[in-house]
Amino acid sequence: MAKVMTMAEAVERFVPDGAAVAIGTALEHAIPFAAGHELIRQGRRDLTLIGPISDALFDQLIGAGCVTGVRAAWIGNVSEGLGHCYRRATELGEPHRLEVSDHSNFSISLALWAAAWNSPYLPTRTLLGSDLPSTSSDLEVADGHVRVMPVRPDVAVIHVQRADAEGRAHMWGPLGITEEAGLAAERVIVCCEELVPAEVVLSDPNRVLLPEIKVAAVVSEPGGTHPAPLSGFWKRDSAAYRAYAGRSRDPEGFRDWLKEWVLDLPDRRAYLQRLDLDAIRVRRHRLSVPVDYGDE
Amino acid sequence: MSEYTSQELMVAVAAREIDDGDLVFVGMRLPILAYGVARNTHAPTARALFEVGLMRDQPAQGFLATMGDPPNVVGALWSTRMSNLMALMAQGAVDLGFIGGAEVDRFGNLNTSYIGDPRRPLTKLPGSGGGADIAILSRRWVTLMRHERRRLVDRVSYVTSPGHGDGTPGWRERRGLLGGGPAAIVTTMAVLRFPEGGGEAYLASVHPGCSVQDVRDNTGWDLQVASEVPVTPPPTAAELAALRRLDPDGFWTR
Repeated sequence: MAKVMTMAEAVERFVPDGAAVAIGTALEHAIPFAAGHELIRQGRRDLTLIGPISDALFDQLIGAGCVTGVRAAWIGNVSEGLGHCYRRATELGEPHRLEVSDHSNFSISLALWAAAWNSPYLPTRTLLGSDLPSTSSDLEVADGHVRVMPVRPDVAVIHVQRADAEGRAHMWGPLGITEEAGLAAERVIVCCEELVPAEVVLSDPNRVLLPEIKVAAVVSEPGGTHPAPLSGFWKRDSAAYRAYAGRSRDPEGFRDWLKEWVLDLPDRRAYLQRLDLDAIRVRRHRLSVPVDYGDE
Repeated sequence: MSEYTSQELMVAVAAREIDDGDLVFVGMRLPILAYGVARNTHAPTARALFEVGLMRDQPAQGFLATMGDPPNVVGALWSTRMSNLMALMAQGAVDLGFIGGAEVDRFGNLNTSYIGDPRRPLTKLPGSGGGADIAILSRRWVTLMRHERRRLVDRVSYVTSPGHGDGTPGWRERRGLLGGGPAAIVTTMAVLRFPEGGGEAYLASVHPGCSVQDVRDNTGWDLQVASEVPVTPPPTAAELAALRRLDPDGFWTR
């Protein structure tokens, strides 16, 4: 079955209403904004978002009304501060109430590893003495430890530098919790800058991020992380985060932003046409030295 | 107009908390600059961890708005998964961590989660990030924040990142927390420190231009003050030069 498809098709087929979605798993790096915006365009509802530090994308999905639950360590706008849509949802119930399961970065990683290893829970010393277990259904204090319960995403959405048609992905730069999210998930949507022949990725199997059997869809989506950076391809567009913070401060401003940057655009290609790509494209390339897998 | 901003002073003071040779859990915002200043002045063999999944020695050559920006990967000693860095911290290998705070109390407990009842909060703050992990697992940690009565409170209503708990001696040890807890609260007005082994914060120094009374007036509890309170040494020329190389446009410090 062919895995290569458009973003619209991947989201339509593999992210149903009510799904638990791990997205933005490399923290500020490599956030699949294009996939998030397609979820908004398709009007997904009742999603539970899973992530570590989330940089603005969770806030956008929450403001757009796609989300009723979050299991995450941090939700806001990293270079600007608070997430205004997240605040409106948790403080006022607008546009929906949220069920929040609080995590730290370490505990959400452990929760995903617990699911990946099919373990009933993982005991840890982190979060002892913290109130996080009192506001998280995934954390229990017992026997002098914190038990981190498994969190299993229905789907993990990741963005990588390159992948082949089977979804064998090469990702480099910091990975955050991407590996445990992918292994724990029922299925993975791989978005990539470059769709490459199998021999390219298989020339370096140590760099393959996840087993192909987890990958349900492969989407060629260059520029799909903007305004988040991607090592070797895109700088962070901090001005875009600042503009979003300003416009999302009140609900009307957020709706205008959403209409302009998501709802009125058909796809990522149209989004990119509105940007000065030369200002954010990485141009000083730094290639690694190839390794030798010689066998005889 | 002074020759430096209050953010620049905070960064310089935070940098001085880093000892040469330290492994530092850096996190986000001002501590990224503090690490760079320390490394380029008095701590040339320090190393940094960034929970996005990076270890490095030299500060990044390009500007960083976040730890995940591509210049932070160039020249990294290790680019990996977050859980590998948490492993080091869980083993007690992290000498110093930095945590951003919205609200801190007299015992150094931080709240970055909820103001008011968590079920219907007055204000929802972004959450722990790696803060709680750093607070519990690093050997010592420092927090930076704006000095306001609403931020320096008697007791936080929600403990995201535990400091010295209820302030009784040995609280952390009894609860099984691994690291030594908060060493200092660096604010826009002063430096507060804690006694060895835990307890309540005391005023250790006031920044140039601030009086002890100013600090007490802007602190939400009856702050303990030593009989002699020195003035925080202002940023040196070398510290300011290092800082401005890292943040040439004043993104963080203006």
